[in-house]
Order: sequence, then structure tokens, then C-alpha cells
Amino acid sequence: MRPFEYARPQNESEALDLLNDHDANTAVLAGGTDLIALLQEDLQAPQRVVDIKQVESMRGIAADGDGVVIGALTTLEEISESPLLADYRSLDDVVDGVRAIQIQQMGTLGGDLCHLPNCWFYRNGYGLLALEDGESLVASGDNRYHAILGNQGPAKFVSAARFAPALIAWGADVRVIGPDADSSEWLPLEHFFVTPKVEIQGVSVLKPGQLISHVRLPATAGRVSSTYEVLQMEGLDWPLATAAATIDLDGGVVREASIVMGHVAPMPWVAHEAAQSLIGQPVDEVSAGRAGEIAVAQATPLRDNAYKVQLAKTAVKRAVLSAADMLEGAL
Amino acid sequence: MRDRDDQNRSGPDFNRRDFLKGSAAAATATAMATQGSEEAVAANLKTNVFAAAAQNVTLNVNGKDHTVKVEPRVTLLHVLRNNLNLTGCKEVDERSADGADTVLIDGKTVLAGSRLAIECEDKKIHTVESLRRGEKVDAVVAGFVKHDAMQCGFCTPGFVVATRAFLDKNPKASLADIQKGLGGNICRCGTYQGITMCALEISKGGK
Amino acid sequence: MAERKVAWKKRADNTLIGGDHQRIDGFEKASGHAKYAADINTAGTLFARLLTFKGGAAVVKSIDIADAEKTPGVRAVEVFNGAGKEVRWDGTIVAAVAADTPEQAEDGVRAIKVTYEAKPHWVDEEDLPGATTSKRTKPLGDNQKGDVAAALKAAKHVHKGYYGIATISHMCLETHGSHCEWDGDDKLKVHLSTQNVSGTGGQFAGPLGIDASNVSITCNYIGGGFGSKFAADEWGVKCAQLSKKAGKPVRLMLDRATELKIGGTRPSGFAEVTIAADAEGNITVWDSHHWGTSGIAGSTISLGQLPYCFDGIPNRNRKATGISTNTGPNRAWRAPPHPQLCAVTDTVIDDLAAKMGANSYDIFMKNLDKTPKPDVYAEEMKIGAKLIDWKAKWHAHGKGGGKSVKRGLGMALHRWGGRAGATTCTVKVHPDGAVETFLGSQDLGTGTRTVIAITLAETFGLGINDVKVNLGNNSYPKANPSGGSITVGGVSGPHRRAGLEALWKIYDLVAAKYKVKADSLSAKGGKILSAGKSVCTWKQACGLLGPMPLEVQGQGPKDDGLTSAGVAGVQMADVSVDIETGIVRINELVAVQDCGLIIDELTARSQVYGGLIMGIAYALSEERVMDKRTGRFINADLENYKLPRIGDIGKLMVHMYQPDSEYERGVVGLGEPPVISTGAAISNAVANATGVRVPVQPLTPQRVLEALKGGQA
Repeated sequence: MRPFEYARPQNESEALDLLNDHDANTAVLAGGTDLIALLQEDLQAPQRVVDIKQVESMRGIAADGDGVVIGALTTLEEISESPLLADYRSLDDVVDGVRAIQIQQMGTLGGDLCHLPNCWFYRNGYGLLALEDGESLVASGDNRYHAILGNQGPAKFVSAARFAPALIAWGADVRVIGPDADSSEWLPLEHFFVTPKVEIQGVSVLKPGQLISHVRLPATAGRVSSTYEVLQMEGLDWPLATAAATIDLDGGVVREASIVMGHVAPMPWVAHEAAQSLIGQPVDEVSAGRAGEIAVAQATPLRDNAYKVQLAKTAVKRAVLSAADMLEGAL
Repeated sequence: MRDRDDQNRSGPDFNRRDFLKGSAAAATATAMATQGSEEAVAANLKTNVFAAAAQNVTLNVNGKDHTVKVEPRVTLLHVLRNNLNLTGCKEVDERSADGADTVLIDGKTVLAGSRLAIECEDKKIHTVESLRRGEKVDAVVAGFVKHDAMQCGFCTPGFVVATRAFLDKNPKASLADIQKGLGGNICRCGTYQGITMCALEISKGGK
Repeated sequence: MAERKVAWKKRADNTLIGGDHQRIDGFEKASGHAKYAADINTAGTLFARLLTFKGGAAVVKSIDIADAEKTPGVRAVEVFNGAGKEVRWDGTIVAAVAADTPEQAEDGVRAIKVTYEAKPHWVDEEDLPGATTSKRTKPLGDNQKGDVAAALKAAKHVHKGYYGIATISHMCLETHGSHCEWDGDDKLKVHLSTQNVSGTGGQFAGPLGIDASNVSITCNYIGGGFGSKFAADEWGVKCAQLSKKAGKPVRLMLDRATELKIGGTRPSGFAEVTIAADAEGNITVWDSHHWGTSGIAGSTISLGQLPYCFDGIPNRNRKATGISTNTGPNRAWRAPPHPQLCAVTDTVIDDLAAKMGANSYDIFMKNLDKTPKPDVYAEEMKIGAKLIDWKAKWHAHGKGGGKSVKRGLGMALHRWGGRAGATTCTVKVHPDGAVETFLGSQDLGTGTRTVIAITLAETFGLGINDVKVNLGNNSYPKANPSGGSITVGGVSGPHRRAGLEALWKIYDLVAAKYKVKADSLSAKGGKILSAGKSVCTWKQACGLLGPMPLEVQGQGPKDDGLTSAGVAGVQMADVSVDIETGIVRINELVAVQDCGLIIDELTARSQVYGGLIMGIAYALSEERVMDKRTGRFINADLENYKLPRIGDIGKLMVHMYQPDSEYERGVVGLGEPPVISTGAAISNAVANATGVRVPVQPLTPQRVLEALKGGQA
């Protein structure tokens, strides 16, 4: 790692003040499970690392009206243990898929949402877009783990945020603070992610000197949910494709649904039509299967990742079935 | 004074993302690390900001305080292994994706290679070495030996710490629980069978 | 006096041998006190970091280390490949920097200015037509036996298919490297992560221009070698040179990415195979052409042992083509190249069975007459079948039931040598009864220390903790490098010989002193007994030695029956396949393994469990991915180079096959065989479950889904 200053702010406005020094050539440090690896590989070189773990206002889970507010510093372990989140099953499904006590205890929600891609071109130093003389190395290289949707521009990596599909399917909002000490804004999490067209855009709307402080979930209102992750390994592993479904089931018939796929596109991918196709239907193999088909109908696989279309389709189908407690016989 | 690429650093196109390229910002940061005395640099810093230069960091490890002089960029793993000679936790991978560097901080598992030493002041750090003190041997350590849950032994300390913490949290852990909880540790030789037997024995019989 | 014969005790007379014994270095390892080369930290140690080439292939145009040498904390810089040198694969070391801290060493590496002239690269080891066009191929042999063409015509069942197995790396958890410290100008002390304590000193001495007798090599603990750590390697010598330049000790360990890229690889193999049988299922024809890579040298898995284990197939053509790739060179990888040979043989036999609508077990059983040990395989197959419940679970290929999850069975078999290596030891019995031994061996984690202690303890009638084992230093008598499964025989033979020689000398002293007949004596429970009655204690007996300890040298290998060679082994797999995701899960995996006389059952079983798990790795998830566009080993990290975790192993069952006939054979090596047939067994189980052959290992979800789509059979 290159040298950097280390800062330990005690509150949000101090954190913002310290993040905005050095022309905001700084980095936010929470659990460290992504940032330290990025620094080790020289993918980032901030002049100051700002450790926000002391910012109490960003900790904890609290009721908010009939919804829930989760501090960005909440660990995966805390999410799975919180009674306030017990009915948001799709969140627990994500925690369950992170099969390592270390990541569960170190990793934070904010860190997950800001996690940079695992794309091996990016991690080997070729940049998020891996362009060389305007040509995408991903398109002509080994793209077996890359995007099958939203990949018609230069970005072909898949989003790494594991909680994003579930949170977006719940209609979550995210609070972004900074760069100024008195700047804060709630926006739908769905609008937090970007598919960059140039390197400098990164993977989210966060400007230099900004960070996530909280995520707010609306009330469950009796809705059911599930996240289905296609994971090759039974240990700590990156999903090959995921889908989260939140469904309002009334008398066995779908009144409203939201389906979001993960790890298939540079951003979490909201499958509007697939969700729409469930409305007025019971949840069963037929309706869930059709939702899966619709979700991938517009997929544009690359040379090596056609198999991910099948995985995404299956993830959607199984997320829907699982939300309705109807998933059987899957590995 | 080190050269700076001023064009990159303060020009209109510069923003935080430029640090993705690294070189200009790094030159500045390195300069900060080496220019002047620690006091002079510190005098220019705000409260709660620590200079990039080496400075005293005090860590409480296995019940004892140790003060080392290290830069903020030095990981807890390096301090434990290289400064304090507690080499039980191992350096296996630049991304720390293997679990061999697992230690306990305030009772929670931490990958020491993903944590800066300076983050760990005022905390209670425990390494694998604390699980065997003279005649006192932790049940997990003894269980690993009993079930031959090791071969080359390089992953073993990380597994022992992770298992200890996992069983503290899940004293009645089932096989499925164990498989999920300890999925963050890699073994190349293939000792998972013995580790599983050890963990199951402890979880069925209590500690 | 009755003839004194060197032999193991009768099986029933053993107190320790054949039991389950905890390894004597277990507490050291489990409590983190064991010190590896990567841990050595003598005062003033400098830390090294590497500059490696990141590309497909190039020539170094220029390299300027001036700024690196001036970087704060940097004490020495060594160039590995300077201007004009070719760097022919991703990961090639260009330079190394030694500094007070690892972070400063990294600063130094970043300060090196290097430019390259890119050269064309070829990294596709499977695309034979493409490699041929790019002039990257060379013929590696083509030989015939019998008359394949005629036999094909006469055959009742003919099957043709494509089979393969990808390149993997050794992936030692402790990377290659060493800690080097000079004593004056000409004496070097090295802590080396090595499988070859006795044989590496000279490899430092030569290039450094010092006497080999002045190089001390120590390796008390090694974090994995698997066949890749027999040499000082260029970076070992350079570590010593950095240390000399800096005037301080230096620790240089490869980083993970570099370790994966250049620490050693296992060659790939891709084969087109035709197999044929008569109406009863006797295999009559084998016709194969395979290709693959071992790196720039352009070799692949050797031709000479195909079809693997079934040497007796009467009509056989086999041909091999090597592909030269810009990739890190191969090193021996656990049982080379048997895992790959098995991967392209037992899968073919299984497909033949499928084509015949036969039970795979029956076809293997029927053709055992073509293997070297038909009786042993038959017995092992029966035991394995019972353990996995083959009979009840068997169904025809593709009839695995279930909607999205199919279940199936597969088996495979293997062989290995494991002849005792050449080792000398010095056994020392002190007048106070203390026993110790000295040998320059290493303990890879196979339990070498423990086996030695058990052997001497058994011989002297003592407890395991009464024996002190000194190994891991080249000032001790030389021992075999630990590779080829030669160590357990290599060390146990000499210790039994030396132990008996020492014991007999002590018996003679006891006989004279206590006026008993020497050939009535035995040693048990810390005592010397005459016809079962206690004569004196072991300590009292040793007291008769006088002031000097008794030292006996043990040597091996010898032809006295203590050790021999040749093992078989059978493995069976029960898997489930989710045909909607391509994910494969192990339900059960059975290994039935013989290895002659087993000294410690506990550590022996651990070897087999370990082999199964390494097999699951290369069967399902582990492979090197070379990106064709950039020529880079693009998954050289532990998130994308996938090894199984604790939840990926299913239920493992190990049966050590040791009827008296095996015990009588003496000790045979075990370290490698258990990893050989796992891949083929799992692949066969997947084929049985789905009715479709997934041709190339590892059977990733991608490959499984593509095979299911293609409906290959």
C-alpha cells in the first residue's frame, strides 16, 4: 500500500470534513474487506483513509415509523440477528449466503453497497472498463463471469453489491451525506448505482467526499421476500447470479411484485416486466418460470457467459418460489 | 521535496477518481510521509487525524500492551507477525480471502490482513497463541490434535481461531452451521474432515 | 543363539504400530507455535517484495533501479531479468527489493522503471487447430500395439468421446521462499520452505560461489509443497544475494499471485478417445490422441501410461501432441501425471459402460484382468461398493430421478509406486535411557516425525513421547527428498534397522549383566523382559552402556522386507447435480486404499481424506484461467482460483485396506495415490446422474450446463 494519513472521525460532520480534505482524494474505511485489498493491489491511492467505525449515528438498526432504518456500519451479523429485520427474509438470505464468520462480523451494509467489482480485469489493474485503445479487453477476453445484461456500453463487469437486489426489491432508500457537512439526501437505492460510460464515474452516484450513512426500508406490509443466489461453492464465494423478489400475496394471488437481479449486470437489474407478469397470478412453477424467462429475454450474453442466462432465469424463478415458500428440490 | 505532477493534482480535471491511476497522489502521499519531523507534520493536522509517517501505535495483544512505531498503512497482520513475532496468524493472500490471518478483536473474528494496526488501538486483540498457555490448552486446540485436523499446519492457526470464535457464538452448532460459519477458511491439504469432527464433538458436548 | 532377523513385529505383537496416534508436532501447529520459513524473523530481517512481469510475453527493453535504491528503507535491489532478457509468461520475476519493512519494499518496487517490448503470446492449451496454425505444437509420440483397425471392426460396442482436464497450480498455502542470513562472507544460513532439506544446500552454494559445507538449510515446518519445492530456485539464490548486498538477513516469499503463476503447475490434457469392447464388455481397443501444455516447453501428460492402469488392453494406439504456451512451467504435482491419466481413462470406460447399458461397476470388474493387481482392485471395489451402497443406489445412466436435482454414482481406480527413498539416520540411545534420532528429512504434514517416533518406540518398548525426533536440518544425515511417496518407507526402514541393532546391543549387555539368555529378551512397557518376566527397566538397561551413548546408523532402502512398492486404490462417488444451475454437490465419497504396513492409522487416514479433498478441488472448481486476449493468468487470486471449503466435501469415508497380506508387504508410500482417481470418480457420477458426459474437469456450472445443452453422451 502507498502511504496515507489515517483519520478517526467521531461524527458525521467531522467525517465529511476529513473526507473533503486533499481535494477529496480520500477513502472511506469501514470493515476493510474491500478497501484494504484495493489498496494492496494499488487500485486506489488515497492521501487519507477515513475510518468511520466510530461514527455512532451510522450504527444500529431502529424502527422508523413502521419501517426500519439501518445504519451503514451495521454488520452482516447484526442484520441477521435483528428482530426488527426478521420479516425481511430476503436480507437474511443474503447474510446466509456469506459463508464465513469473519466477513459476517467485519463486513458492513454500507461497505457491501459500495463494494467494487470482482471483475478480474479490474482487479488486475485494467480499470473498471478495461479499455485498451478504445477496445474492451473484456469483450475479447475471458468474460465467463461478466455481464449478460446492460453490457452494450463499455462496462461489462457485474455489480458486486450482494444486498442491493433485496433492498431494491423492498423499495429501500439510501441516505447520502456530503460533501458539505450539512448536505444529506435520501434517494431510492435503485438510483444509487450507475453503469459507467467513462472510468471516472465509478459504480455509484457518490461524488468525491460523499458517503452512505443509512438505508431505510419501508414496512413489510405483509409482503414476503426471498433472495436466491446461485453459488458454486458452499463456502465463501461470489454469486454467479442472484435474484431477489418481494411479493404482495393476497389470497394466494400476486397483487404486487418486485424482482431485482444481481451479479448479472454492471448495476443491480430491476426486472420490471418479469415482476409485472406475476400480477394476478398465483405463485407456482409456471408463473415463476415465466417470470424467469421474461427477466432474461433481453439478455445479450458475451462470448463466454451464455450459461449465466440460464442461471439468472433460474435465480428469478427460485426467488419467486422461495418467497412464497414453494421452493423444493434445489441444491 | 519530491516532484509533484501538479498538472494532474490540482488541474480542473482532477478529482478523487484520479487516485485510481495512483502515481500523482502517491507522490504527494509519500512526500507527506517523509517530509519533516513527525511533530511538524502533526502540527498541521486536524484532531483525529494521524500523519502518514511512522508513529507510536499501542496494541493490547493477548492481555499485554505493546507499542510499535509504524505507519498507518501497516496492517495488523504485519505488526503481529513482523513486529511482535506472533507468527501464528499467516500471510497467505493479498486479498486476505483465505482466513489464515484470523484473529479475535473484542471477541469478534477479524482478518488481520484486512485491518490496519492503527485501527486497533484501545481494543483487546487475541491471537492463536493465547489459546495455549503452558499447561492450559484450549479445547479447540486439543480437539484439532485429537482429530488430526491438520497436515502441513499452515491454515491451522486461522482455523483454530475461527472455530473457537464460531463455537463461542454457536455452542450447539449443527453440521450445517459449522459448514457455513467456517467457510471463510481455506485448507489446501484437505483437513476439513478432522476440523468438522472436532467442531461437532465440542458442539455436542458443550465446551 | 537364534538368528536375529530384521523385520517388523508380528502384527498381533505390536503395541503402537497400526494404532491411531496423534502427531507429535500437533500442539505446535494447532497453537501457532510452529515456525515456517515465512515466519522467520531474526533481528534485523529485511523484507523482500517482487516486481513481476504482467503481460503475455515480452522482452525487457530497459530497467532502471536507481530510484528504487534511493527509496527510504530500501537496502538492496536485485534484477532477475534485465534489458534484453525475454520474459515469457505472466508472473516472471523481473526484480526484487529488500527493505526495512514490507511497505517500504513495495515503495521500492514501484520506483523501478521498466519498459517492455510486447511479443506475441499463445496461452490456449485446448485449441489444437489454433495452436497448430500458430506453430506452437510438437509431436510427443505415437505408438501402436496389436491391430486397432481390425479389432474395431470386430468389436460389438464402440464409443468415441472427448475428455480433458485443465491445468492447475500447486497452490501451496505457504508460498515458495526463504529466509537467508550470512555469517561472515562465506557461511550462509537458510530457512527454506522445502521438501528437500538434504539436497538444496548445494543449489545455493554453487551460484553463490561458496562451499556447500557452509550452507545450512533448515526446514522444521513447510506449508505445503505437493511436489513443487525441491529446489533453491532462482529467487532463493537471489534472496541470499540481497542479504549479502544489504548486510542483513532477508526474507523473500513469493506473493500469492506470483506463487500461482510460477510456483508450479500440473499439465493439462485433452483427449479424443475411441474405446471398444466385445459383447461381454471386455475392452479390446484403445485409440487416443491427446494434447495439452506444460508451459513453454510444450509437453503434456505422458503418453506411456495410457490407457491408465488397464495396460492389458490388447489393441492400442496412442498419440500425444504438446502445445507450447506462455505460461509458468510445470512441476511434479502430487502423483504426476496420474490424476490426468485417470481423468481421460476411467471416464472413457464409464462411457463405454453407459453405451452398453451396463453397470459401470461390472465393466470395471470385468476388465481388472488388464490391470496389475486384479485381486486387490476386486477386493477394494467390493469394500467400496458396500460403503457407498452401490447396489441399492445404482441406476442406468441418466435415470437419476428427481426434477431439477439428479443423483448418480461413479467409480475409478488408480495405482502408484511409493518405494522407500534413500535415507540415513543416526539413532542415539543415551545412558539415562533417553532416545533420539537425527536425519535431514522434512515433515510435510504427512506425519513423518510421528511415524519415526512410533517406529523407535515400538522397537524399544517405550512410549511415543519418550523419543525425540530431530529433523529438518542438512547437518543431519541425509534423507530423501519428500516426493513420490517415498518418505514413510524411506524413514521407517532405517529407523527399524537401527533400532533393532541398538536393541540387540542392549540385550547383549542385559544378558551378560543379569545372566539371562539374550534371545529370550523382549522390550515392552519401558522394561526389558525375559520370557515375559521383567528383568530390569529400560533406563537400567541403558545404564549398562557406560558413559557414552550408543549411536547406530540406519540406512535404506534395503531388500529385507521392511518396505516395498506398489499400491492400488479405488474411489467411488455419489453426487447430486442441479441441472438448472449446473452445480454439483458431493453426497458421499469413498476411498479404499492399500499401502502395505501402516504405522499410524490416524495420520494415514488423514492423507487419504486430504487426497479426496484435493481431488474434489480439481474435479469441480479448481483451474488456471489464462486470458487469451491479455495472455495473463487472470484468476491468480483466492477469490477466483476456487478451492473447496469445509462445506464442499460431503460425507467422506476412508477405508484403509490392510489385510494381513498387505501388512506382510512392509511399508509402502501413501502420500500421492489418494488424489489420483477422485476426479474421474466424480465425473463418472455426474455422467451417471445426468446421462451426459461433461468432458472437461473441473466440472464447473458453466461446463455442466453447456454439456447438458449439447446433450453430449
